[in-house]
Amino acid sequence: MGNALQDDALQNNSTLLGTDELVLNMGPQHPSTHGVLRVKLKLDGERVRGTECVIGYLHRGVEKIAENRTYQQVAPYVDRMDYVAAVSNGLGYCEAVEKLLNVEAPPRARVIRVILTELQRIASHLVWLGTHALDIGALTPLFYCMREREEILKIFEKYCGARLTTHAFRIGGLQYESYDGFEKDVERFCLDFERRIQEYVDLLTGNSIWIGRTRNVGVLNAADCIALGASGPILRAAGVKWDLRKAQPYAAYDQYKFEIPVGTNGDTYDRYMVRIEEMRQSRLICLQAIEKIPEGAIMGKVGKVIKPPAGEVYHSIEAPKGILGYYIVSDASTQPYRVRIRPPSFINLQALDKMVRGHLVADVVAIIGTLDIVLGEVDR
Amino acid sequence: MADESKPPQSPDSQKPESGTAPASPAAKTPATPAPPVAAKPAPPPPKPPAPVQIPLDNELTRRYREQFGAAILDALEDRKQAYLVIDAAQLKEIALYSRDFEKFDLLEDFTAVDWPRREKRFDLVAILYSFPHNTRLRLKIPVAENERPVSLVEVWPTADWLEREIYDMFGVEFSGHPGLKRILLPDGWQGHPLRKDYDILLQDNAWVRENLGIDSGQ
Amino acid sequence: MNPTLHAVLDFLQTWWAELTCGVVIVAVVPLVAGYLVLMERKLMADMQARLGPMRVGPHGLLQPIADAVKLLIKEDIIPGESDKLIFWLAPVISMTAALTSMGAIAFGPSFQVARDINIGILFVLGVSSLGFLGIILGGWASNSHYSIIGALRSTAQLVSYETAGGLAIISGLLLSGTLSISGIVTAQQTQRVWFIFLAPVGFFIYLVASIAETNRAPFDLPEAESELVAGYMTEYSGFRWALYFLGEYANMIVVGSVATTLFLGGWLRPFPNVRWLNWLDVLPALIIALIGVYSVYRAGKQPVKIQTQFMWGVALACFAVALIYAVPWFVGPLKFVIPGLNGAFWFLLKVAAYIYVFMWVRFTLPRYRFDQLMHLGWYILIPLAIVNVFAVGVAMLIAANTNWNHAVVLLLATIVTTIATLVCAVFLVSWHDRRTESASTASLARDSYAG
Repeated sequence: MGNALQDDALQNNSTLLGTDELVLNMGPQHPSTHGVLRVKLKLDGERVRGTECVIGYLHRGVEKIAENRTYQQVAPYVDRMDYVAAVSNGLGYCEAVEKLLNVEAPPRARVIRVILTELQRIASHLVWLGTHALDIGALTPLFYCMREREEILKIFEKYCGARLTTHAFRIGGLQYESYDGFEKDVERFCLDFERRIQEYVDLLTGNSIWIGRTRNVGVLNAADCIALGASGPILRAAGVKWDLRKAQPYAAYDQYKFEIPVGTNGDTYDRYMVRIEEMRQSRLICLQAIEKIPEGAIMGKVGKVIKPPAGEVYHSIEAPKGILGYYIVSDASTQPYRVRIRPPSFINLQALDKMVRGHLVADVVAIIGTLDIVLGEVDR
Repeated sequence: MADESKPPQSPDSQKPESGTAPASPAAKTPATPAPPVAAKPAPPPPKPPAPVQIPLDNELTRRYREQFGAAILDALEDRKQAYLVIDAAQLKEIALYSRDFEKFDLLEDFTAVDWPRREKRFDLVAILYSFPHNTRLRLKIPVAENERPVSLVEVWPTADWLEREIYDMFGVEFSGHPGLKRILLPDGWQGHPLRKDYDILLQDNAWVRENLGIDSGQ
Repeated sequence: MNPTLHAVLDFLQTWWAELTCGVVIVAVVPLVAGYLVLMERKLMADMQARLGPMRVGPHGLLQPIADAVKLLIKEDIIPGESDKLIFWLAPVISMTAALTSMGAIAFGPSFQVARDINIGILFVLGVSSLGFLGIILGGWASNSHYSIIGALRSTAQLVSYETAGGLAIISGLLLSGTLSISGIVTAQQTQRVWFIFLAPVGFFIYLVASIAETNRAPFDLPEAESELVAGYMTEYSGFRWALYFLGEYANMIVVGSVATTLFLGGWLRPFPNVRWLNWLDVLPALIIALIGVYSVYRAGKQPVKIQTQFMWGVALACFAVALIYAVPWFVGPLKFVIPGLNGAFWFLLKVAAYIYVFMWVRFTLPRYRFDQLMHLGWYILIPLAIVNVFAVGVAMLIAANTNWNHAVVLLLATIVTTIATLVCAVFLVSWHDRRTESASTASLARDSYAG
């Protein structure tokens, strides 16, 4: 008799103990979600069983706006998407429209574009490293990274007058000639930068607490990456040695030698190592580029009024966050018919659900950080 | 101008931009008396320059046509980028074939374009990339306004949020999608902004009034 | 004379020193804790290539005053459903425990409130543990789900590391043979060596355990801002929060004092028994005078007149203190103060160095996750501490049973046993790593996207 009762109780133990799933909300205002991102976590005790991301808090309708502006007027808008790496956004858009027009930027413009884009890649990764380390608890790397990034922003300011949303490139080439001392500044920064990367590596790479917080956290293997569309350092950390700058070179990337860093595990630690190595490679590209900047015009043959023939084009570049693509449809008027931006952060964020399952709540912050999302790009 | 087909030459019909046209009989005799047709037809409006698409016929398109025949409505190349226009009815099969046989393992982007004056209003555009072959392919799927194309989530899981965005911005519903709801706009929003009949200054004032407590967003 | 008055005067005559000490502790330690906060901010800034507070007072020296005033004039928000009495009581308990435990600590040969208490260390440990009660009550009284979870987590962490720290202290106590604070320091003086050299592993364990006990990084997950639950201090604002915060820094001082007493020689100067180094006794006065000179030097570089004046004030204060230190050397009847003053100086210097290490570690290392933290405490530190106690005991037995110079033998034996404990530690850590690797691969083996 007693056994039957016990069995009954055991079968109904869900009601006996009342273990339900708890939904925890990491609200739009949160120090660690890197922007206005809302993540609803379904918890089972301490473990995360699933997530639901609510985005759209920063949706500004860039694609709709682009249909009502001329091609040149759209360019400042795209800077504001991934505002941490504005120069790469501009590069992608300008190159896409140049493809639409069947125009190529002159060699000098292409080389300067590469230099600025690689400096921007370093700056973007520095922001990522500082904030990611801060989320995990290391207070100091943030300030070191900001100190380096300050040098890059000074170069941008001297070049085009703006630090963050630069609008550095124009359709067909560049508007501004590189200033006197541009090569010197870039060279000085690059020569100093290796020592600084070593500082970050000393602080974090061998640190057992860092390894404990990042190893085997947020694992995403190669097949999942490709299936989910995750690109950029996430894909490379999973072991896929692929970089759009090498696979389908654009701007002047085919002239420079650089390595593609790959990871093995696809965990947070590997993504950290890949991004550190990418900063090193960007530095090498910059050094190679400033050795020989070709002379010549900086602007291609583009008229004042840009009216591409009707049709469409898709162009993508390797932005610091992943594959940034522009699909532009033209109806032969001065305003684009449709501008579609393929945002790397939006698509990478989809992988959050898969990466977070089975981890503790404290790891969620680390995993969101390792995805390197910028909400401006997620929401556009 | 080369591929601009000229209308059949009528004796004294003059095209406004035939300034560089070779001398036509009409030009030689500007003062010829009126032809039998009494009313002069109005000069036809200037034709927009034809798009730069050229029909594509390579190995890839031949394989697709072999496999799917009539479902491949068209195969074109625009500025050296290939795209296939396919029928929505066979979307899933074509997608599976592309992923498994043609090795297009990455769905790089999935979006839509609105052509309101066409019968099949929306053009779903899927941009595929193949890692092994390092090539891209665009698939264009014309769908009508109330048509429900099949979801591609089972073929490429990345299509999840991409289809939600298409639904949010254009109103195209995908059948078989695990949880199709708005993604960028709030859940109760009325209207689909990227459609061409949605004015750029339009906002869902009802939602704004209800949720933000102000009269209008403007 | 009035018998009550007589009794009071008698009482005062016997206990005036202890009373002064007590008053100084209650009045001065919160201020010192405030300045510890400033020291931390300036150190953090220095290690992060920036300047830190510079506006309020010269080099930010008035920042703690500004912070205190701000916190005092803040609105006092009490959650509606909370237990008002407990809500008020919790930070008070936390702060009181920290201050009371300072009563048994000797800052110098004669500066001790609980004079000659023969369970000194035990008293300090026990009373400072009462502070945990303040944390639990604070979490509970906040009437918030996340507060109580944070409070319980915090307490679990504190209890675990208290155990490890206590075991580490035992190794020091074995060497001194007594629990009384002055006895421990005297033992270090008679044995002519600081116990850190005799029980280095014990010191290191105590260092780690004390960082965890004061909720400092890398063990500050329960109160970290980027953690989802903000911990037991969430609902506290204004001066109540300041009490918690000051209690934490006062705890740092307590823990530093215990470590200094047990391992770093307490109030002894370096090499207390070496005659020809007796000139080190003038160092306290000299160092303070040099700080005064530096303040004078900086006073000339201040941009604003009021800051210059303030720096001159700081310089004069330094010179005054240096004078207090120097005068007894020359005035015969006052010579009895010298050991006390010097002792206090050395003690405070060592505590400050210990706290500097705390802060240094905070700015350098990332944070442990809670399960990693508990794992470190229970699986690594406690076994290591137990082995260490055993090792120190063995070393002492060896030293007692041979006729060689006691200190030398103990040192030699301790080197051997330290190596042995470190080897054990390496094994423990690698076993821990292997265990966590298998655990994590097991937990990730599921096909999560299918779910």
